[in-house]
Amino acid sequence: MSKLDAKIPEGSLEDKWSNFKNKARLVNPANRKKMTVIVVGTGLAGASCAAALAEQGYQIKSFCFQDTPRRAHSVAAQGGVNAAKNYKNDGDSVYRMFYDTIKGGDFRSREANVYRLAECSAALIDQAVAQGVPFAREYGGYLNNRSFGGVQVSRTFYARGQTGQQLLLGAYQALMRQENLGKVKTYSRHEMLDLVLIDGKAKGIISRDLVTGEIERHAADAVVLATGGYGKIYYLSTLAMGCNASAIWRAHKKGALMAGVSWIQFHPTCLPQSGENQSKLTLMSESLRNDGRIWVPLLPDEKRAAAAIPEAERDYYLERRYPAFGNLSPRDISSRAAKERIDAGFGVGPMKNAVYLDFSKALAEQGKEKIKEKYGNLFAMYEKINGIDAYNEPMLISPAAHFTMGGLWIDYEMMTSIPGLFALGEANFSDHGANRLGANSLLQACVDGYFIAPYTIPNYLAGELNTGKPDTSHPAFADAENAVKAQLAFFMQCKGSLSVDYFHKTLGKLLYDKCGLSRNKTGLEEAIKEIQQLRELFKKELRITGDAGLNSELEKAGRVADYLELGELMCEDALQRAESCGAHFREEFQTAEGEALRDDQDYAYVSVWEWTGKDQPHLLHKEPLVFENVSLSVRSYK
Amino acid sequence: MKLNLKIWRQEHSEAKGSLVNYQLDGVTTHMSFLEMLDMLNETLIQKGERVIEFDHDCREGICGQCGLMINGRAHGPLKHTTTCQLHMRSFKDGDTVYIEPFRANAFRVLKDLKIDRSSFDRIIKAGGYISASTGQAPEANSIPIGHEQAEAAFDAAACIGCGACVATCKNSSAALFTAAKAVHLAILPQGQIESAGRVLAMVDKMDEEGFGHCSNTEACEVECPQGISVLHIAELNFRYHKSRLLKK
Repeated sequence: MSKLDAKIPEGSLEDKWSNFKNKARLVNPANRKKMTVIVVGTGLAGASCAAALAEQGYQIKSFCFQDTPRRAHSVAAQGGVNAAKNYKNDGDSVYRMFYDTIKGGDFRSREANVYRLAECSAALIDQAVAQGVPFAREYGGYLNNRSFGGVQVSRTFYARGQTGQQLLLGAYQALMRQENLGKVKTYSRHEMLDLVLIDGKAKGIISRDLVTGEIERHAADAVVLATGGYGKIYYLSTLAMGCNASAIWRAHKKGALMAGVSWIQFHPTCLPQSGENQSKLTLMSESLRNDGRIWVPLLPDEKRAAAAIPEAERDYYLERRYPAFGNLSPRDISSRAAKERIDAGFGVGPMKNAVYLDFSKALAEQGKEKIKEKYGNLFAMYEKINGIDAYNEPMLISPAAHFTMGGLWIDYEMMTSIPGLFALGEANFSDHGANRLGANSLLQACVDGYFIAPYTIPNYLAGELNTGKPDTSHPAFADAENAVKAQLAFFMQCKGSLSVDYFHKTLGKLLYDKCGLSRNKTGLEEAIKEIQQLRELFKKELRITGDAGLNSELEKAGRVADYLELGELMCEDALQRAESCGAHFREEFQTAEGEALRDDQDYAYVSVWEWTGKDQPHLLHKEPLVFENVSLSVRSYK
Repeated sequence: MKLNLKIWRQEHSEAKGSLVNYQLDGVTTHMSFLEMLDMLNETLIQKGERVIEFDHDCREGICGQCGLMINGRAHGPLKHTTTCQLHMRSFKDGDTVYIEPFRANAFRVLKDLKIDRSSFDRIIKAGGYISASTGQAPEANSIPIGHEQAEAAFDAAACIGCGACVATCKNSSAALFTAAKAVHLAILPQGQIESAGRVLAMVDKMDEEGFGHCSNTEACEVECPQGISVLHIAELNFRYHKSRLLKK
């Protein structure tokens, strides 16, 4: 089990990160410029890590599949970013934030990692403000906050409904600054297709130039994957169309372990599906729940329009079931409660697959101007998509796949089980346990990239100074390149009759039904068989038109091939965990009131999976979760 | 509904492109414009033909990667909307729809409707940032910024970098894009120190990349998904000339 040494530093919870930093090895400034680090992904985690390492003096190669680094999916986060600044004097502290996050994660994350996240949160706000991120301000000029789901303090900083975009532009501009200084070389429209190991260490990648189709070799002293989450596996999700698991999955097949694979968050406030050709379930920021009230009709088969239903015939089910947190209950709980009402036949909208998010009370109390200032862009977006003015009638919302708490297993230093391979941001598994709190995602991505990796990566690089310069002429590069070329050739030669999207949509529907908001043993076992069959069909019936140059179908084929393997592991992971925790709700394990029933006796560990070969069962490792500072309690928001 | 589509097809940057006719049946009003193209591509795959390449990613109006000229208008008939947020309810049965890439000397066509907008990255690279390395930042509340000032900075910072301003401009000017970033940073106290050098570097780079000059038609503001005001261009020009004059 040496593979699972989390390397948690000595000392009390409050001292662990300082103790690590005090003892971490350093690289002499003169040596830094001789070392190269590859950073895949240019979202908040990737761009911030690349910029911060470049500022220290390392040479960086930065990759993204989008047409420019600024488009990475961090851009889409709307609501905000948490930090324990306690500017509101409402009882916040690093410890409180740590506790909220570990409780929100249903006690399935590492204490030391979560504490560090809270500890570094305040510095991120300082950093972002220095970069020019235009956070919301009060009239006196000081930073404003709002509250978010799962907490009772106001610790969320925001820039209208575009917090992710503004933070990302800060990181992107820092990256461009370093490119101008010659420390970073960006490779846009490039996709990583394999990881290269030399002597068991990550020493490079194989990438494909998505414009020319050329396969390239890139060597480095360390490789960082900051490639985001894989919620797009469900096809319909809040994620961007290009979001994928390929980088982490291909690293997994080279030996990097995956953890918490089936812990996937469904966001409660998304736009419902309205038709067969739909490609996306748009997210409406959770911040809307600050002022919006969620309800469904009390009577089944309600035909009246929302406004015509009297107050007494409305079921504000979150306020009813969870009076202490009400509409600001955590995401997993809110999503499940919506699904419960929809499945029970109380859904609203043309497909009866939604619930109301109603602003009439807030509009009456605060006035339209105030609501417009807070959420104007979200209301405008809602109208563009649905043609409905949400100032006059309630929004229709529904849960959708949103964030993957699972990902590559990492130790305290963010290193995967492959030496020299680091995973940052949503691509790793570590901080959010089985459920992520709102506005902790931007935070984690930034903290990983700005404040943690710049200490832990040099700590690794210090040991690589005398191991020789990695070289793309090494046979390991040729092997990896050949494997990549063989797969692409296979896709091009496969003359079936079904498009990549057919497979993606079929897999997505299957996973929504059987490994989505709720799961059970029978469904998961069926899903595993069905995915295996779908994978066989993919090999025979896939059809790619066009050539091996710029070809979006060819790009998608590789991603869906990976999803077809990852989907099976998701189901295996969900099946193995015979308890309910956070976003993972096993129908067999619930209380009489329908709440998740956790089993700390048998499942207080992270399930960590090892790839053992094609069509071979994954090997399970367990990382026990040791709680020295919090006592495990039933997570109640009542 | 049934549509007659005339779509720009071009094999690669140097190839000669042309409009190709397609008929598409079964389009519904709640589909997005890009979902309509997905649907068309699915029919092309069934026929064994190469799909129409177009840029897109988030499909929620924020990443800035999508962008098509639709019936001669950047992002289509609606004001302040990205292509992905345009829905088919804006069209009617039997309509003929022309679909072309964003065109400009500084935006090379890669294939069909996909273009290269890396010239925007190079404008930012020239100076569109505040030089604040990680670790240097003071406590965030140590420099108060008035509410209106922060909101004004945001109004400029909201640019998503899609390039509609360039595509719609008869001069292919990137003045609105450049102004949005230069003004966003100049308004904030953190960005003022480098302001003069920044504006010169960014504008000079804009010219060097082959973008045209602004002749105040204000078309860019109409098509900008974020509705960024052309007044930012006036401020950019003011700051540019001031910096030029004061430059030693």
